[in-house]
Amino acid sequence: MIDWARRAVESALAAGATDAEGYLSEDRGREVRVHGGEVESLSAATKRGIGVRAWIGARVGYAFDTNLSEAGVDALALRAVEMARAADEDEFAGPPRSAVRLSSDIGGEGAAELSDPSVASWSTAEIAELTLAIERTALDADRRVAGVEQAVYADSAERVAIASSTGIEGEYESSHCYGYVLALAEGEGARETGLGFDLGRGPVALDPVAIGREGAERAVSMIGARKPQSRAWPVVLDPTVAASFVAIVGRGLCASAVQRGRSPFAERLGSEVAAGAFVLDDDGLDPEGSASSPFDGEGVARRRTPLIEGGLLRNYLHDTYTASRAGTASTGSAGRGGYRSQPAVGASNLLVAPGTLTPEGLLDEAGEGVLVTDVAGLHSGVNPVTGAFSVGASGRAIRDGELAEPIREFTIASDLVSMLGAVSAVGAAPRWVPFGGSVSTPALLIEQMTVAGS
Amino acid sequence: MSEAERLIDADVAARVLSRALGNGGEFAEIFAERTAGLTMAIDESRVEAVQSGSGEGAGIRVLSEGTTYFAHVDGLDPGDLDRAAGEAAAALRSQRAEPRPLEATPTAPQSIERPPADVPAERKAALLRELDERGRDAGPEVSQFTASYAEARRQVTVANSDGLFAADDRTRVRIGAQAVARRGQSVETGSETLGGHCGFELLDDDPGRVAASAARKALVLLDAGPAPAGAMPVVVGAGFGGVLFHEMTGHGLEADHVQKGASVYAGKLGESVAQPLLTAYDDGCMANEWGTDSIDDEGAATQKTMVIEEGRLASFLYDGLTARRDGVRSTGNGRRESFRHLPVPRMTNTYIAPGEATPADLIAGVDRGFYAVSFAGGQVDPATGDFVFGVSEGYLIEDGKVTRPCRGATLIGNCLEALAAIDAVGDDFEMKTGICGKAGQKVPVGTGQGHVRIREMTVGGTDL
Repeated sequence: MIDWARRAVESALAAGATDAEGYLSEDRGREVRVHGGEVESLSAATKRGIGVRAWIGARVGYAFDTNLSEAGVDALALRAVEMARAADEDEFAGPPRSAVRLSSDIGGEGAAELSDPSVASWSTAEIAELTLAIERTALDADRRVAGVEQAVYADSAERVAIASSTGIEGEYESSHCYGYVLALAEGEGARETGLGFDLGRGPVALDPVAIGREGAERAVSMIGARKPQSRAWPVVLDPTVAASFVAIVGRGLCASAVQRGRSPFAERLGSEVAAGAFVLDDDGLDPEGSASSPFDGEGVARRRTPLIEGGLLRNYLHDTYTASRAGTASTGSAGRGGYRSQPAVGASNLLVAPGTLTPEGLLDEAGEGVLVTDVAGLHSGVNPVTGAFSVGASGRAIRDGELAEPIREFTIASDLVSMLGAVSAVGAAPRWVPFGGSVSTPALLIEQMTVAGS
Repeated sequence: MSEAERLIDADVAARVLSRALGNGGEFAEIFAERTAGLTMAIDESRVEAVQSGSGEGAGIRVLSEGTTYFAHVDGLDPGDLDRAAGEAAAALRSQRAEPRPLEATPTAPQSIERPPADVPAERKAALLRELDERGRDAGPEVSQFTASYAEARRQVTVANSDGLFAADDRTRVRIGAQAVARRGQSVETGSETLGGHCGFELLDDDPGRVAASAARKALVLLDAGPAPAGAMPVVVGAGFGGVLFHEMTGHGLEADHVQKGASVYAGKLGESVAQPLLTAYDDGCMANEWGTDSIDDEGAATQKTMVIEEGRLASFLYDGLTARRDGVRSTGNGRRESFRHLPVPRMTNTYIAPGEATPADLIAGVDRGFYAVSFAGGQVDPATGDFVFGVSEGYLIEDGKVTRPCRGATLIGNCLEALAAIDAVGDDFEMKTGICGKAGQKVPVGTGQGHVRIREMTVGGTDL
C-alpha cells in the first residue's frame, strides 16, 4: 500500500507541487441486521482509495479517487496540484516536517493491540448468531417489551498507509466492532424505545446479553413517562448523555475552531472553564479507545494531551496547520475520515477522569432533580460559537435521592462553560460511548440547569 | 431528450446477475455508480479547502426468503462486479435461479444547462469572494463569514433480475453561507443555502443574496432576548419551516418504519391525522428541485405521491422491498447515499400544499406565542413520535404582532398531537434544500410549505 502513497508524492512533485502527501486507506467491513428472529441483511464490503494533498508554496489542494492504477494515481496527483492553484495563499500552510519512519505500535513494544483476530476469524454465521442473541435477550427480558426495531452488529478492519515529501512514512492496522439494539416497550397507551450497545475491537469482546438487557431496561423504564415541571433543577447526566456533551466540548477545544473565533473556549487558555471536579484529557494512545492509532491523519505521533485540569483550560488540540499558526507544536490531533477527507483537527479519545460516587451516591447528592438518560437534537441545539444549548431530553425524576417516575418531552438548557462550571460531582464508573466521537466518561451531576417541561 | 449513459454493458450485467443468483434467491440487482465532485470554501476571506473527488463502484444485492445479501466493491471492471456477485451469493445455499432478459428502459435525466465541470475553478473561487463581500458588507457587526460551494455529478445504472436496465445522470450544485455577528458579549450565527438538481445556471440570479440573508439572520439575533419556555401557539415560517413536517410526519410515513411497527402512523392509513385544511405530498419529479431524481436508486420512476389528503393519511412511501411486502408498487422512494449503501424508503421533496390564509392572518390570531422562522435541524423518534427542533431564527408573538427576536429556543412535542394541532396553512409556498440522515445515509431532500400555525406546542427556552 505504501508504494502507492510514494508514487502519488512523486507524481505530484513532478506536476509542480513543492510538497505532497499520499494517504491510503483500505477498510474491510461486515454488517448484520436482524429483525423478528430473522437475519434481515448481511453485508460485506471493501473500501479502498487514495487521497493526495499537494502544496504549491503557501497554497494547498486535495484530490481523492478509488482508481489505484499507475495512470489513475498520476492523474489524481495532477488534479491535487490543480486544486492547489485555485486556492488562496495561506502563510501557515505546509506539511508536518517530522521526517520519521513511524512505528505501527502504540505505547511502545507490544503495549497494545489495535486489531483483534476475532474480526477475521468469526464466520458470518457466528456474527449472525451473536446479533440474533442480542434481539432474543431484549425480547425475553421483560413482558412489556413489544418488539425490537433493529438489532445490529458491524465490524471493520482498516489498514492505513501514509507517505510525504518531508520524509514521513507509516502504516498500521486496526479493527473495531459494535453491536446495538433498539427495543420497543408498550404500556399505558404509549410506546417507548430503549437503546442498548457495546463496542470493542472484535466480536469476542461484545456481550450480547448485556446489550439486549440494556435496551429492554431503558425502554421499559420509560413506560408512563410524563412531562416534568418547568424550573431549574439539579441534573444528573448518565454516561451516554455526558459523553454526547463531552464530544461537543471536544470540538470546541479544537484549535481550528478557536483560531477562527468559533468556540466558546476561544481566548480562555489558562483561565477557569470548569469546576475542579471535571478533568478532561485527550488520549490518542489509550489501549481501549476506538480512536487510538500510532499516528494521526497526517502522520504525526499520537499522544496524551491534558485539556481541562484544576478547573483551568490547559491546552487546545492542534494539527500541523493550527500549531504553525499558533506558534506551537501539533498535539497529533489531525483527524481523518478515510481517504476521502483531508486532515482536520479533531479529538481522538476524550477521557473524563472518574470521581468517587456510586450511581446511588450521585442521586443522593442531587436530592431533588432530574436524571437525563437520553438527549435529542444535540447536533442542532448547540450554538458552536457561544456554547449555548437547548436540547430535548428524557429520563427519570429524582426525589429524596431516589429514582422516581419516568419523564419525557422536556428540554434542558444552559451553555457549555456554565455547565462545566456547575459539575458538582462525578461518578466512579466510566463507560466508553461512541456517539459523536470516542468518549469515556462516568455520570456527571450538574448543580443546576433549566428544565422546560409543563 | 438525451438518454443517460449506461455504466455497464448489457451482457456483463446479465452475466453478473446470473452469478449473483448462482446459489438461489428471488431477486438480484446491480447498482453501479460513477461520481465526480468539487468543493471549496471561503473562510477569513481566503479561498481554501479546494477539493476534487471521484470514484466508481457497484453494490450487488440478492434477496432470498426475507434476507438481503449485499456486497459492494470499488471499481466497475467486469472482474470487480463478478467478485462482488460471488460475495453477495456466498452465504446462500439454494438452487440456482435465472434472471429475466434485460430490457433497457429509457430515462430522460433532468436537463442541465451549464455542466459545472465545464466552469473553470477560478470562476467558482470568484463566486465565493463575491459571497464573502456581500456577507461582510451587511454590517460592521458581521465579525466572521464563511461560504461553501459544492458540485457533484452522479451517474447511476441499475440492472436487476426482473429485467430492469435503467440509468440516470444527476448533477447537483449547492452553495451555503454562514455569518457570525458580534456586539459586546453577544455572538449570534445565521446561515442560508441554495441548491438544485441543475447546473451552474442555479447561480445566475444574484447568488450574493444567500450571503446577505445569512448575515441578516445573525444581525437580527443580536437584539434577541431569551426564548420563552412553556406551552403556547407556534407559527412556523415558510420554506425552511417545512423541516418540521419532514421530521415529525415524513419519516413516520417511510414504509420500513411502518412495517416494523416503529411508526406512529402504522395502521392509520385512511384515518384522519390532521385537520381537513392540510394536504401534503412527496414529489420526486419536481423539475430541477434539490430532492429530485428521474429514477430512484432501484430504477423505479419517481412520482408525485399524495401522503395526506385533506387531513386523511393517504399513502406511505415505498421502496421496492417494502412495496413487495405490502403487495403494492414502489412509490419511487428507494434511495441510497452511494453504491456502498442498501436502498431504504426515503423522502424526496416533501411539502405541505399551500393553504388559503395569509401569513399576517396566522400571526394576528395569536395572543402570546412563538414564531419559528427557521430551524437549525431536528430529530424524531419515529416509534414514539417524540421530536425536537432547534430554532435558528425565532420571535415572540404578543397581541397578534411579532415583537422581539429570541435566542436558543427549541420546539418539542409529539408528532401525532402536533400535526393534528395545525389549525391554519398559509398561501405563501416556498421550497428549501436540506441533507437528510437516516440509517447512516445522507441524501439530498427538499422541504417546503407556506406559513403554518400550530395551536399549541412546547417551547423550550430559558425564560420560565
